[in-house]
Amino acid sequence: MSPTSLATTLQRRVINLGAMGLFLGQVLRRLPHRAARAGTLAGLVVAIGSRSMGLMIVAGGFVGAMLAVQFFDTLSRFGSPSMLGAAVGLGLIRELGPVLAALIVLGRAGSALAAEVASMRGSQQLDALACMAIDPLAYLMVPRLIACLISLPLLTAIFDVAGLLGGMCIGALSFGSSAGIFLDSAASGIGPADVRMGFVKSVVFAALIGWICLGKGFLAPAVRGTEDVSRVSADAVVIASMSILGADYLLSALMS
Amino acid sequence: MTAGTRSSNSFALGLLMVVGLGCLAWLALRLGDWHSPFARHYELNARFASASGLREGAFVEIAGVRVGSVTSIALDPARFESVVAMRLLPGLRLPSDAIASIRTSGLIGEKYVRITPGGATDMLPPGGEILDTESSINIEELISKYIFEGGDK
Repeated sequence: MSPTSLATTLQRRVINLGAMGLFLGQVLRRLPHRAARAGTLAGLVVAIGSRSMGLMIVAGGFVGAMLAVQFFDTLSRFGSPSMLGAAVGLGLIRELGPVLAALIVLGRAGSALAAEVASMRGSQQLDALACMAIDPLAYLMVPRLIACLISLPLLTAIFDVAGLLGGMCIGALSFGSSAGIFLDSAASGIGPADVRMGFVKSVVFAALIGWICLGKGFLAPAVRGTEDVSRVSADAVVIASMSILGADYLLSALMS
Repeated sequence: MTAGTRSSNSFALGLLMVVGLGCLAWLALRLGDWHSPFARHYELNARFASASGLREGAFVEIAGVRVGSVTSIALDPARFESVVAMRLLPGLRLPSDAIASIRTSGLIGEKYVRITPGGATDMLPPGGEILDTESSINIEELISKYIFEGGDK
C-alpha cells in the first residue's frame, strides 16, 4: 500500500469515527423529547428483548454447566470444590454473563437493526421522513436505542440466573454437591459490587450495540442493493463485537 | 397490527419484564447480600494487636456456624491497634467474656474471626467491644522464630 493511499484510508477512518460520534451526540440530544409513541417502543423491546429470552436461557444454562465442569476440576486440585458455586457465580455475573449476552443479542438483534436501517437508507425512507418534517433520528433511532438499553440488562440477568441453575444442576447431578451448598457458596462469594459491575457492563454494552448498529446503518453511504445491506450489517457486527470486548477489558480494569 | 399480534406482543413484553426484573432482583437481593436498612444487626467491635490478612467481608463463626461478617478494619491511631467491626445476626447476644480470635480456614485458606462465648451472665450490648482477643498467627514469623532461635541453642 502506497503512503498516499494509506493516508487516505486513515483519513477516511477518522472521518467515519467523527461522523459516528456526531450521530451519537445527535441521538442523545433527542433522548428527552421522543417523537415515537409508547406502543412503538414496546414493539421494539419485544423484538430485541422478549424474542431473545429463550436463547438466553438455553445459552446461559450451557455456559453455567460448562463453567461448573471446568471449575470443579480446577478447584478439586486445590482441595476446595465446595467453592464451586462462588466460582461459577462470579465468573458468570462479573464477566461471561454480560459479554456473552451482549454478543448473542448483537448477533440476533443488532445485525437486524443495522440491516433494517441500512435498507431504509437505501429505499430513501429516511429522506422521505425528513421531507415530511419528521426527524428520523428522533422518530426511528431514539426508540431503538432505548429498547436496547431496556432489553439487554434484563436479558443479562436472565442469562446469569439460567447459568447459575445450569451450574447447580451439574454440581448436584455429576459431582454430588447439593443444590443448597452450591447456592450458599454463590451467595457468600458474590457481593453487591459484583452484581453492580455486571449491571454497569450490560448497560454499556447495550449502548454500544445501539450506537454502532444504528449509526452504521444510518450513515451507510451508498446502499444500492441487497449486497450493500449485508455489508453494512456485517461491518456493524464486527465493529460492535470488538468494541464490546475492548470495553469489557476497560470496565473490568476500572471497576475491580 | 391485528388484535391477536397486539395481545401476543403484550404477553411477550410482560414476560420479559416479569422474568427479567425477577432475575435482576434475585441476583441483587439474594446473591448480592443486600442488607435491608431496617434490620437491626448485632454490631460488635474487637481490638487486635494485628489483624494481618483479615479482609472486610470475612466471615465470623461461632462453634463452626457462620453468624456474620467483618464490616470494617481500622487503625486506632492512639494505641496502634486494629479495630475490627463485625455485624452479627440480629437476635444474637454474647456474654461479656467472649473471646474473639483471628483464624485461618485450612492451611492456606482465608482468615476469619472465631468467637468463643464465655460463661459470664452479663451480655455485651449492641455496639459493645469484645475485650479478650487473639491476633492472627503469622506463619512466617513462627517459622523464622524456629530457624533463628533454634540456632542459638
